[in-house]
Amino acid sequence: MVKVLSVITKKREVYMAKNAQHWEKTRGLLFVTLAIWAVFSMGIFLFGAQMNEVTGPFGYPLTYWFTCQGSLAIFVILIFWFAGRQEKIDEEFGFSEKGDD
Amino acid sequence: MLKGNFVDNLPKIYGIYTGGFIAFIILMAIGEQMGMTKDAIGICFVGFTIFIYAAIGWLSRTAQASNYYVAGRQVPTVFNGMATAADWMSGASFVAMAGGIYFKGYGYMALLVGWTGGYVLVATLLAPYLRKFGCYTVPDFVGTRYGGNGARLMAVIVLTVASFTYVTAQITATGRIASVALNLEFELAVYVGLASILLCSMLGGMRGVTWTQVAQYIVLIIAYLLPVFWISNNIGAGFFPHFMLADEVARIGELEQQFGFVKNSKESLSSLPAWKGLAGITKAHSEVNATPWQFISLALAMMMGTASLPHVMMRYFTTPSVKAARKSVGWSVFFIFLLYSSAPMLATLSKLALIDPELSTGIIGKSIAEVQALDWYQNWNQAKLMVAQDFNANGTLELNELFMNGDAVVLATPEIAGLPYVISGLVAAGGLAAAMSTADGLILAIANAISHDVYYKMIDPKAETAKRLVVARVLLVVIGIAGATIAALQLTGILGAVIWAFDFAMSGLFWPLVLGVWWKRANKEGAIAGMALGLISGTAYLIYMQSGGTPIFGIVANTFGILGSTVSLVAMVVVSLMTSAPNAATQKMVDDCRVPAGAAVIGGQK
Repeated sequence: MVKVLSVITKKREVYMAKNAQHWEKTRGLLFVTLAIWAVFSMGIFLFGAQMNEVTGPFGYPLTYWFTCQGSLAIFVILIFWFAGRQEKIDEEFGFSEKGDD
Repeated sequence: MLKGNFVDNLPKIYGIYTGGFIAFIILMAIGEQMGMTKDAIGICFVGFTIFIYAAIGWLSRTAQASNYYVAGRQVPTVFNGMATAADWMSGASFVAMAGGIYFKGYGYMALLVGWTGGYVLVATLLAPYLRKFGCYTVPDFVGTRYGGNGARLMAVIVLTVASFTYVTAQITATGRIASVALNLEFELAVYVGLASILLCSMLGGMRGVTWTQVAQYIVLIIAYLLPVFWISNNIGAGFFPHFMLADEVARIGELEQQFGFVKNSKESLSSLPAWKGLAGITKAHSEVNATPWQFISLALAMMMGTASLPHVMMRYFTTPSVKAARKSVGWSVFFIFLLYSSAPMLATLSKLALIDPELSTGIIGKSIAEVQALDWYQNWNQAKLMVAQDFNANGTLELNELFMNGDAVVLATPEIAGLPYVISGLVAAGGLAAAMSTADGLILAIANAISHDVYYKMIDPKAETAKRLVVARVLLVVIGIAGATIAALQLTGILGAVIWAFDFAMSGLFWPLVLGVWWKRANKEGAIAGMALGLISGTAYLIYMQSGGTPIFGIVANTFGILGSTVSLVAMVVVSLMTSAPNAATQKMVDDCRVPAGAAVIGGQK
């Protein structure tokens, strides 16, 4: 009886440790993602006036280009990248679900 | 006809639907050549699309709670992305945004950044965790995570304030388009719009709304992109406008220099008709005309608002898994990107078509009499969306003498650029789809919160499914009628009301939702304080600004949520730390929702 209990407790501890590690990695990914997000949603616009003097992609003024295409496209890519990375983390810890998308 | 289950057949079904819609457009174009009147084309477009949505609504009828609240949790990622995009892009995005950019330039483009960047917060901070939680509504999460009816009720209140502000704007937009396309009085058109909105959601709840929203996305994206590409080719600006309008943007800058921004006197302006929303071009098109803080604060408010709006969040409750919820956010913002990246292109083309004297469509520099004799001018003047007034009485139209309602940029540009009327009919159908799909999502969010969280969870927990769904549907109608009644009063512009809805949502809900997942120590007392004080302080600040107050820290009426959410964060942290930590069961619940695999945290709600 005691033996069974200790096995269960042990399992529970391993599980908790696994969870904690998973969460640590998840949090790390969150910070990286939010840092990139902050740069392209707010950071660059601190220098909006100066940046607009530069010619950006397709010949648009650079700040103008970021507001109508650049930042938006970066968000799309960023979210898919984030989803992929998070999935890798989940798989690593055996938390990933099968199929269904 | 179709083998296998419904979900597997989705690409085929919507493929056929898209083909059918394009065939319908071509049919209308042929009809126009054969002498169909403008009114008939408008009625066909609006009538045909509403009929399709209603048919989908009817086919999706259901008597199961999990279908009604979360579409049975089986919506594939890409389709959920489309549905979210339609849910998200409202009349404001479709009809008003290009106009806002047209008149205000850079300062308004913060909306483009904010309304897409917010999805990064949705994907990283909230959607997957709330999906794992297994709740039916957003207050369901708040109520279960923090425990107790107080927190649940407070969340319902914030949700209702934000969503209701938003939905009146959408019904207004529906009414405006229906009144133009069907030649109805606005006050009547609002109720016609409401009836069509309810047709989609009454019988099938979330399931009906999901499949109509996908259909509405297809209509609205065709209706937005086709004119942009066509106009661009028509005025020789390039066959793929997004990559080719640099010269046009530069040309507008040149013309602005040449014409100059003449400031109109008060007497001149008061001689204009007293129509709502008329504006002239007073800001440079592509120059940075806002301070960094003005731009960043508006973008930030819209981003945090995005992550707090329940009608968006609940779309991710319908995916089959946590991982699907994450990917689905990516698809959502991709489908939104298609339209948002086109709005500034439309604003550019529209402006150039009107003001460039070298283009045949340009009217600046022409004689006033000539402009007033134009067919399209008379149309849109009659619709009270456009007016040219000769302030200096020199007989010529100048840049400062042309006034338009922002909505006219999307609605009137096809006609101005000389596109056949069939395109204007298509644009009306697209605007209607955008406004209807958002209104549907919002009304459903409010009605579901009240029926599930207030009625079922608080008043009558033993209610049978059939009774719950009757209550949900009655509420749907009541809320719709209340929204339409307020919309008929025409209190605010479309874009203004939408921006405020974001501020209300972030004031009350952003931190309680985010900290609910990311901070285990957050407790009930803290959450209630955060929601209540956030909403109250935000609202108080809005009233202060509207009654002529001077901005504090550069926070204006449109960004009052920055203040509200800051108060909310401080209140929530302070009160949580002053009261006892949440119990072990709650802590375990948070642990469970952080693990993406396994059963939902709330049992029995599939």
